[in-house]
Amino acid sequence: MTVLDPLEALTRAHRQEWARVVAALTRRFGDLDLAEEATAEAFATAVERWPADGVPPRPGGWLTTTAHHKAIDRIRRESKREDKHKEAQVRYDDPTGSGVPLGAIDDERLRLIFTCAHPALAMEARVALTLRMVGGLTAAEIGRAFLVREDAMTRRITRAKVKIRQARIPYRVPDADDLPARVSGVLAVLYLVFNEGYLATGPGTDPVRAELTAEAIRLARLIRELLPRDGEVAGLLALMLLTEARRPARVSATGELVALDEQDRDSWDATLVAEGHRLVRERLATGAAPGRYQILAAINAVHTSARTMEETDWSQVVALYDQLARIDRSPIVALNRAIAIAELDGPEVALAAVEGLEEPLAGYHSFHATRADLLRRLGRTQDARAAYDAAIELAGNTAEKAALVRRRDRLRNPQ
Amino acid sequence: MQYLVSVINDSTDRASADEMTAINAFNDRLQADGHWVFAGGLGAPASATVVDNRGAEAIFSDGPFLESKEYLVGFWILEAPDLDVVLKLAEAGSKACNRKLEVRPFL
Repeated sequence: MTVLDPLEALTRAHRQEWARVVAALTRRFGDLDLAEEATAEAFATAVERWPADGVPPRPGGWLTTTAHHKAIDRIRRESKREDKHKEAQVRYDDPTGSGVPLGAIDDERLRLIFTCAHPALAMEARVALTLRMVGGLTAAEIGRAFLVREDAMTRRITRAKVKIRQARIPYRVPDADDLPARVSGVLAVLYLVFNEGYLATGPGTDPVRAELTAEAIRLARLIRELLPRDGEVAGLLALMLLTEARRPARVSATGELVALDEQDRDSWDATLVAEGHRLVRERLATGAAPGRYQILAAINAVHTSARTMEETDWSQVVALYDQLARIDRSPIVALNRAIAIAELDGPEVALAAVEGLEEPLAGYHSFHATRADLLRRLGRTQDARAAYDAAIELAGNTAEKAALVRRRDRLRNPQ
Repeated sequence: MQYLVSVINDSTDRASADEMTAINAFNDRLQADGHWVFAGGLGAPASATVVDNRGAEAIFSDGPFLESKEYLVGFWILEAPDLDVVLKLAEAGSKACNRKLEVRPFL
């Protein structure tokens, strides 16, 4: 075996082992807080020891054992928890107790995910807790990602852990009856993380934040490994991959968001596209009725199959939006369907559909941007300008704002 | 593990006959399944008296300690192994009494 570079080994161990170690310790000690702190200490010890002593042959095992010792040290220090001390002592002294079989650990990680994304926690707490406990991000990193100060993020995570402990949110995989709803809660957390990375909302951040999209994809892959037969898990992973594949073409050199019709399709990531298409085909082959993420993935598969905007199979896209609208009556689905209708039946038909959405979507920048584009295509310059103004006013993403400003200003100075 | 399941409402109207039937059926189920500890309905907030005897002498004030649009009109104390179990029970309880519930753990 080649000698691993300790820093590289640490980075890899952090990615691969963090959630396993936190999950195994939570199971052992029944305390998320203790598990998290002991795991963080074990990694800190590895940072000191691995460069000096060399990388252990089984980094995961080393980290789990070290974290175990750290947890027991902690319990001893806080000896008020006498009962836990005894329990831990028994398990620690049991020679067969320290090596948890691998298959069981996978289940442990799944327990951890379901606990962190529990519906009794606020969405923002679920996101923070999942990124901390499962993703291994620090409170500072999560705070940066969501424009929250580190101390506020630490408090948010602490509050969530207190609720889990006090209200006794169970550490287990939900029953079969509850599983679909609970999986969908987990996926909602990941989709939110992904979208925040893909279209960052803050004025002071990069328009696209690859660290968040990458983390969401990594966690979706993990959940797919753990629940390989769940269609929506596969659907969300495919959707993320096919969206992420277009990232290189999404922001121009001048920092503007590039719309689909103007993207350089050669710069799309072909490997991600191929993987996304594979997943979509796999789901189609099952013949099972697709859920929301699977339909969205299929729509993205149609887009990423076309060499140009014109070659896109728009009737297929509209048919998929019709299917989506049957299970999701959100006006945003109707808006996206109208965008596809514009390519299939022309901007006039699409505009009529869009106008009907004003009431629910008047505060949503995409409604005004879509309307503006359609008005521009219909030659109604004056109306288009007013709609672009409304969209620019409401848009939060810096690159999107820049693209809208350019479109509006192009109206003023026709070539 | 015990939980306080509070019934929240914006009026002190008593449960209707249909609601009462559903509540009784729910209570029977709680008792049969071993979740029941105690339950009761409460008088209107205006019937409350706040007592404060932290100082030299006791002070009695008329009315609830907190004025609000929605208030506690009743409660269950339930025995359940964890939050998932009690949330399931509360789902059924909210449906039965046709009111909003708050679930809170005892320490």
